[in-house]
Amino acid sequence: MSEKKKVKKVEIRAFSPGVDLFFSIVVALFAISCIIPFIFVIIISLTSEGSLANNGYSFWPEAWSFEAYRYIFSGQMSQKIIRAFGVTILVTVLGTLLNSTITSLYAYAISRSNFPFRRFFTIFALITMLFVPGMVANYLVMTNLLQLKDTIWALILPLALGPFNILVMRTFFRKNVPDSIIESARIDGASEMKIFIRIVLPLAVPGIATISLFAALGYWNDWFNALLYIQNDNLVPLQYLLMKIQNNLDYLAQNAGMSAQMAGGLAALPNESARMAIVVISTLPIAITYPFFQKYFVGGLTIGGVKE
Amino acid sequence: MALPGMIWFIFFFYIPVLANVVAFKDFRISPDGFFASLRQSEWVGFENFKFLFASNDAWLITRNTLVYNIVFLAFNLFFAIAFAIIMSELRNKKAVKVYHTMSLLPYFLSWVVISYFVYAFLSPDKGILNHLLVSNGGQSINWYADPKWWPLIFVILNVWKSLGYNSIIYYASVMGIDPTYYEAAMVDGASKWQQIKNVTIPQIIPMMSVLLILNIGGIFRADFGMFYSVPMNSGALYQVTSVLDTYIYNGMTATGDIGMSAAASLYQSAVGSILLLGANAIVRKLDPDSALF
Repeated sequence: MSEKKKVKKVEIRAFSPGVDLFFSIVVALFAISCIIPFIFVIIISLTSEGSLANNGYSFWPEAWSFEAYRYIFSGQMSQKIIRAFGVTILVTVLGTLLNSTITSLYAYAISRSNFPFRRFFTIFALITMLFVPGMVANYLVMTNLLQLKDTIWALILPLALGPFNILVMRTFFRKNVPDSIIESARIDGASEMKIFIRIVLPLAVPGIATISLFAALGYWNDWFNALLYIQNDNLVPLQYLLMKIQNNLDYLAQNAGMSAQMAGGLAALPNESARMAIVVISTLPIAITYPFFQKYFVGGLTIGGVKE
Repeated sequence: MALPGMIWFIFFFYIPVLANVVAFKDFRISPDGFFASLRQSEWVGFENFKFLFASNDAWLITRNTLVYNIVFLAFNLFFAIAFAIIMSELRNKKAVKVYHTMSLLPYFLSWVVISYFVYAFLSPDKGILNHLLVSNGGQSINWYADPKWWPLIFVILNVWKSLGYNSIIYYASVMGIDPTYYEAAMVDGASKWQQIKNVTIPQIIPMMSVLLILNIGGIFRADFGMFYSVPMNSGALYQVTSVLDTYIYNGMTATGDIGMSAAASLYQSAVGSILLLGANAIVRKLDPDSALF
């Protein structure tokens, strides 16, 4: 029975063998192009400085070396790098917790049909999806009104909520938390808060996992808020550290004549393979875990894309 | 329960929206706090906008932003749909899963990381591309100083980074099409191409138009990360890398001209919103089911 069904499916959705082969090759080539640069950067980070100087970057270096990783963990910039790693982890963890809490609360409220101002709150959130305040206005409010410049909150708060996550969670609550369960809990005398924590949240774990993932990814990759609001060296996250290194190099390259005076500054910059090693350590957590979370990610995306 | 979310929306959306009035003011920071600065700054009417549009920059950044985004939009739409349809028709479903996983990786990486990837290929002295050029008897190119290549680089990067992501929704909706349509088409003797043209594409048009409307709202917003960090904010390339977002950022931080940056910022938000509402209105007129709201 199941075999019969399988055959039918293949017949409906399938190119003829020649076309199939052609497109398989095209798609495979594209897929490979998506991971090659990352592998390339790993190889560069494992290349010895000597062969970099002689041959430049190459896929098969003359001499391998772990020097770059030793530099990251014990070299003169190691404190900075480890600190940036810590800031990134702290921001990601705190931010993700905050984001999923606020999002779940808000989405739960607007998902319940007996919540009196449901429509108002839904529109209140969705309007933010259609318009953008603009960079300058955000900047003024952040620095001037909220006084968040050079605080860890400048990295956390701007990403603490997003209308898209609210949509995902709202759909999720509606689908997976039937009204009857809440009704029965209410009859048993449970308070709203108790219902939410004891009944709704356990049912919503897969949804929360999904939006936490979106949030965590956003926090891990964020450098823009750091670029705008962070000047204190102790609060630099990894991505922004990478950007600063890049900019300093560029500055030196454009002012080659000045490099003699800048020797002090130059010495503080990590060498080529070490720079690539920082790229690797700031990307590796994502690269390793994303095949596992991809399922949730795709699920959330397709839920959020559903129109009502 | 909605309270924390309300507070966030007020501080990070509604107050900033109102703060856009600085575009019409000569903004001066007052020691009495934010609202005092807003109140005490003098009204200058459209002075900031006049300044902005009188400069050559306004035309350049508007053109760059618009042209890049229209090209990106067209390419993204075409490739995402093509990719989704091809994936849905490939025979080896296990391989499709692997391809999809691989092609999503770039989406999960930040532009800063990608700028290092690009550097590994394009670095003038060490990059692998110049190596290939030289070893094949060509001239090496100083990529970071030659504006001619960057439009092409941006288009490639944009498609490369977002294709896996963009095709997910289309893939889901192609897979969701009722198989009886295909059965009927096959009974009628339709070829694969005819099936795609007459069944698959019409079925995903509502999805297409919703995404298109949303994207049109963003047509005045550039991908700051790509235009700023990938060419490393290189001055030699401004002519082709300067877009509204980078211009506003540079204006706000480097020259400190809050008024003019705010004007550019408001110009960007306002035109984006108008385009979005307009696109939605047009789609609603043509086909009410495909409109966003």
